[in-house]
Amino acid sequence: MIPRIYIPCDSGAIALGADKVAKAIEAELKERGVEAKIVRNGSRGAYFLEPMVEVATETGRVAYGPVKPSDVKSLFDSGFLKGGHHKRWLGAPDRIPFFAKQTRLTFARCGINDPLSLDAYKSLGGLRGLQNAVAMAPADVVSQVTESGLRGRGGAGFPTGIKWKTVLDTAGAQKYIVCNADEGDSATFADRMIMEGDPFVLIEGMAIAGLATGATKGFVYIRSEYPHAVATMNRAVAIARQAGVLGVNVLGSPNAFDMEIRVGAGAYVCGEETSLLNSLEGKRGVVRAKPPLPAIQGLFGKPTVINNVISLASVPIIMDKGAAYYKDFGMGRSRGTIPIQIAGNVKNGGLFETAFGLTLGEIVDEIGGGTASGRPVKAVQVGGPLGAYFPRALFDTPFDYEEFAKRDGLIGHAGITVFDDTADMLKQARFAMEFCAIESCGKCTPCRIGSTRGVEVLDKVAAGIEAEKNLALVTDLCNTMKFGSLCALGGFTPYPVMSSITHFPEDFKPAPARVAAE
Amino acid sequence: MTMQAASTEIASRTAAIIDEMKGLEGPLLPILHSIQEEFGHVPKDALPVIADGLNLSRAEVHGVVSFYHDFRAKPAGRHVLKLCQAEACQSMGSDAVAAKVKQLLGIDFHETARDGSVTLEPVYCLGLCACSPSAMLDGEVIGRLDDEKIEEIVAEVRS
Repeated sequence: MIPRIYIPCDSGAIALGADKVAKAIEAELKERGVEAKIVRNGSRGAYFLEPMVEVATETGRVAYGPVKPSDVKSLFDSGFLKGGHHKRWLGAPDRIPFFAKQTRLTFARCGINDPLSLDAYKSLGGLRGLQNAVAMAPADVVSQVTESGLRGRGGAGFPTGIKWKTVLDTAGAQKYIVCNADEGDSATFADRMIMEGDPFVLIEGMAIAGLATGATKGFVYIRSEYPHAVATMNRAVAIARQAGVLGVNVLGSPNAFDMEIRVGAGAYVCGEETSLLNSLEGKRGVVRAKPPLPAIQGLFGKPTVINNVISLASVPIIMDKGAAYYKDFGMGRSRGTIPIQIAGNVKNGGLFETAFGLTLGEIVDEIGGGTASGRPVKAVQVGGPLGAYFPRALFDTPFDYEEFAKRDGLIGHAGITVFDDTADMLKQARFAMEFCAIESCGKCTPCRIGSTRGVEVLDKVAAGIEAEKNLALVTDLCNTMKFGSLCALGGFTPYPVMSSITHFPEDFKPAPARVAAE
Repeated sequence: MTMQAASTEIASRTAAIIDEMKGLEGPLLPILHSIQEEFGHVPKDALPVIADGLNLSRAEVHGVVSFYHDFRAKPAGRHVLKLCQAEACQSMGSDAVAAKVKQLLGIDFHETARDGSVTLEPVYCLGLCACSPSAMLDGEVIGRLDDEKIEEIVAEVRS
């Protein structure tokens, strides 16, 4: 048997040197005259261990990481092709605590094989969900998704099945499935990992959505900051088309479904679904008023399912193992699993898929292992740039849509950014306003102008000019933005701003007092 | 005379791109991406050709081009360096990274070095949030920037 060496092609792994490691291993194989096959797999998501190289041995996979090009010679000397011991030795990947503690449903395959091998995809249960869906009536597929309790993983948490039912029940000569892959929130990379590491699961999910609602055409709108994901998705779509997964007869059935990959152009607001639809149509990415709902009048005015990558990628396992299996995980009204992305100043950063219900403290301290800098955790921002900053005092909050809402926060796309005690929360609040000003589409006045005024007023607070009065003004402004904006950009920017003011008032004290306090 | 020749050249290459892509549903963004790939920016002379080809007004085309951060009105430097400035990178000191890069290159964000070697831009998230602070140099991703990596990048864009 020729040994197989797995080196991730995920862009996070590449950013940490995976390509250089692959080159070094190739060169070393040549020099030693050893035959081995290098497979570029996706990432399993433990970025603190990337580049994580795996070797297939007779007793299973053995992982090494984080591997540097300079480690390669000694890895060969230690007999790593047979799983030999080395200072980078991690053992069987499934037994590494970061992976052993996870419940992987959506990411079950991500990081194991070559993302573009359809055979490998099928060997690990791929396409079973679509095969089941092909044999079912559309309404039954929709009711399975509804019963599973799956809610939109993009951030809004709207029940996916109900969205699909609206599209199914709306008559239309042409309907569309649109996948929102404009993952612009800082701390989030789950969509990118799936597209780069298991693209067929997204294609399968979209094909199921097409069969369930009567849509024959799909679009994946991927942000331009993700060139690797764009390339992988384009190749995967071509492979799926050639294999008859996409096309006029999906898996040999009479149902047609095909899709195209489209690339955004650097506008954060296009992650908002109606802006995204305008952008796909070739317009400015300006938010639309709802109603009409996209499910009734969406892309080009036609009934449209618009779902996030993770929502769609979670559908195949629901259709494979049944709604009850999926629903069995989770708590309250948050059913199934959620890929939590632990990011920022954290020791063990990466993607951790688990059932809803872990507390924020367990995620940050136990799984994340505290800060990378070794300093105390001061704040964590949950849900991206529009999410609230939580202090340690709220670390008992369970990871659940409703529990976070109760504490004036949101889980959003489930990204968590950890900050140590050097963070200045006034600066973070100001950045939230500044970001909103840069990215506002301009449609709603409170967002377009309020954000700029917010920056100015917070600058006055920082300069110690009538701090109390100006903080009252910011609070009032946040209220106006929250209720006077059509979408989450203007409507949710108040979350990071107000949570900073509420939970970290010491950072907003007038400058002389702050200096004296230090 | 050369100006006119250049503008005719732009118009004909733009028209070819439009011809190839106008059958797409919602073709404007894919067309603009292709034009930027062809010319390195979206030339002003291309706009009326697009408007004609897609039966839009020039104002509509200008509105779309100017809405999106990606489309450039003039060519970038030989290298484009994007530094992530979003929250996850902030928590790992992206401010200091940006200050150092600006100082070494002698330019601010949205500027191109005088010798045309490099354009420096902020970017709000590269999805490398567990590998912060991060950057993108000519489409190549780089994570966990430190002084050594910054100096390597600066040396590369200067060479």
